[in-house]
Amino acid sequence: MEKSATPAGLAAPDRAASPPPPAAIRCRGLRKTYDGKVEAVRGLDLEIRQGECFGLLGPNGAGKTTTIEMLEGLLQPSGGEMEILGQSWAGAGRRLRQQLGISLQETRLSEKLTVRETLRLFASFYAEARRPERVMAELELDDKAEARVGKLSGGQRQRLAVATALVGNPRLLFLDEPTTGLDPQSRRQLWEVVRRFTRAGGTVLLTTHYMDEAERLCDRLAIVDQGRIIAEGAPRELIHHLGGEHVIEAQTAAPAPELAEICRRIPGAQAVWPTAEGCQLQVQRIEDSLPELLWQLQARGIALARLSTRSTSLEDVFVQLTGRQLRQD
Amino acid sequence: MQASEEKTVTAAPETLLRHGRWAGYRGLLWARLLELAREPEVIFWVFAFPLLLAMGLGLAFRQAPVGKTPVVISAGPGAARLRHWLQAQPRITAAVLPAAAALDQFRLGRYDLVIVPQPGGGVLYRYDPSRPESVLARRRVDDALQAAAGRRNRLAARSRPYRQPGARYIDFLIPGLLGMNLMNSGMWGVGFALVEMRQRKLLKRLIATPMRRSDFLLALASSRLLLMVVEVALLLGVGVWIFSIRVLGSWATILLLGVLGAVSFGALGLLTACRAQKIESVSGLINVVMMPMWVFSGVFFSYQRFPRIVWPLIRLLPLTALNDALRAVILQGAPLAAQGGRLLVLAAWGLISFALALRGFRWS
Repeated sequence: MEKSATPAGLAAPDRAASPPPPAAIRCRGLRKTYDGKVEAVRGLDLEIRQGECFGLLGPNGAGKTTTIEMLEGLLQPSGGEMEILGQSWAGAGRRLRQQLGISLQETRLSEKLTVRETLRLFASFYAEARRPERVMAELELDDKAEARVGKLSGGQRQRLAVATALVGNPRLLFLDEPTTGLDPQSRRQLWEVVRRFTRAGGTVLLTTHYMDEAERLCDRLAIVDQGRIIAEGAPRELIHHLGGEHVIEAQTAAPAPELAEICRRIPGAQAVWPTAEGCQLQVQRIEDSLPELLWQLQARGIALARLSTRSTSLEDVFVQLTGRQLRQD
Repeated sequence: MQASEEKTVTAAPETLLRHGRWAGYRGLLWARLLELAREPEVIFWVFAFPLLLAMGLGLAFRQAPVGKTPVVISAGPGAARLRHWLQAQPRITAAVLPAAAALDQFRLGRYDLVIVPQPGGGVLYRYDPSRPESVLARRRVDDALQAAAGRRNRLAARSRPYRQPGARYIDFLIPGLLGMNLMNSGMWGVGFALVEMRQRKLLKRLIATPMRRSDFLLALASSRLLLMVVEVALLLGVGVWIFSIRVLGSWATILLLGVLGAVSFGALGLLTACRAQKIESVSGLINVVMMPMWVFSGVFFSYQRFPRIVWPLIRLLPLTALNDALRAVILQGAPLAAQGGRLLVLAAWGLISFALALRGFRWS
């Protein structure tokens, strides 16, 4: 099973002591065109290492689900090549599926079956499966074991969906928007499950449009927009790469068209982008830049309505890269 | 509480369940049976509905001996004499009404015949040649009156009643209901169930596992067959027990027809479901497919009531083939070998549907 399938050229040279583990997922130039017109995914390259939690972050309609479903072998790509756990879908098929756990974006499992019966059914498809009782305990579903799926809450159904993915004892877990629509507590519960899975050596690929989820859960992530990857790296790296750790947000009392120009000339300003009523300014050292900004505004008699500072987030990265907000709501 | 649970999860090394080749098939079949058993509407439509239909129709069309014939005599000279003669007859009741009222009541169906006395002692019968009871009334009254007027029979004739199960309406009905039920539950049980699973994205979720697709179809077919055995046993059992139907053919042959019917209509259900995305669209499709067969295939009445020229077409319908075969086996004790043509029609529908369904089937 553990055959090393990494092509020689791709071996990372830095960890000389032990050979690097083969990539869990590799794809090159992955494309999907619907009906010969709509380009959902336009040339995607990914390399996801074993044991990491990798996130595809992007707004709705960015092509995240199309991408993950092609990697899951459920959608035929229009072009490109991919390798999952060192194997291609064409040759491996069911053998490969024995090692994957998949949770689709929206599955309504049979409402007439109980939680335990559902997990038994899914376990029966795998040559080696985990005991449903263990998976239920892990997802805190054990007190719902005999409850019909139709009677579960949204959060419980979502956890059951993840449980059906885990019951096959997978090495690689695909989660498509696992926490969408969940309350904060259920989301944290699911994050904990994902962390436990990667700690035990499993690999996770998940999609999300929640920045905090991507930031806290993922070791690395790719920001997807309009079917392309526009940035890739560890969350901190991406933020750091933007050039500033902090964001100053200023709103003027009266419209001041020269505000952006003033901000751009502040020493240490890495990036500036205008907002509806003011300006956002990204800086490395807030203690240097903020007094300077205030002094400049005062000298020109521009009154501030609001001033705030915060740490740079992935949202800022996305806005910087695309000029649009990640989530409109 | 939460912490201790996590400890047990991470601490003890986990032993895995090992599953053989048929574990997936067994899992799917068991899940399907559990789902069926938990759907009250399935229990009703598959088991209770045909029984209720058999009881209702059996009761409505039970064949009692032909009763007394009610006739009316138009008032006039000679009417009293006619009435006197007819009242001596045990199977005729006669009334006298004014001419207009007599015709009116005849039209409304209260009387089967109007007798109009004629000048010179003769009679005129007013009857409806398209109403069997009216034709019968004319025969009965004429016999009675001719005899009263002095006619003598030249031929010595005797009658003895001969009534046997097999020729009654309920005997005709039960095999038809059996066929219709096999069609209904095949089409709905396969077609509707599949589209519902597709709409829920459950089919897509299932093929994301290592499940064998053939196991899935096999489990679906097996659950249909298990249900079929219960359906056939229940309906025929009630027929035998309550309506004293005599099953002349072998039960093995009937069961074999049941298997063929269930599989063929299951395949037809698979075909109707192979692409539909919504349960509303597949419901319409199923009804369109079944409707002609309810009318033409001889469920409630014989298709021989339709013009002879369309019989060959009607016989090409799968339900006609199944109903004819079931009737021949149950009511006439025909052997399977004599059913070649019908079995061929049924099997052809099943095979062609299955082949087309597999080519066009969408899992998502």
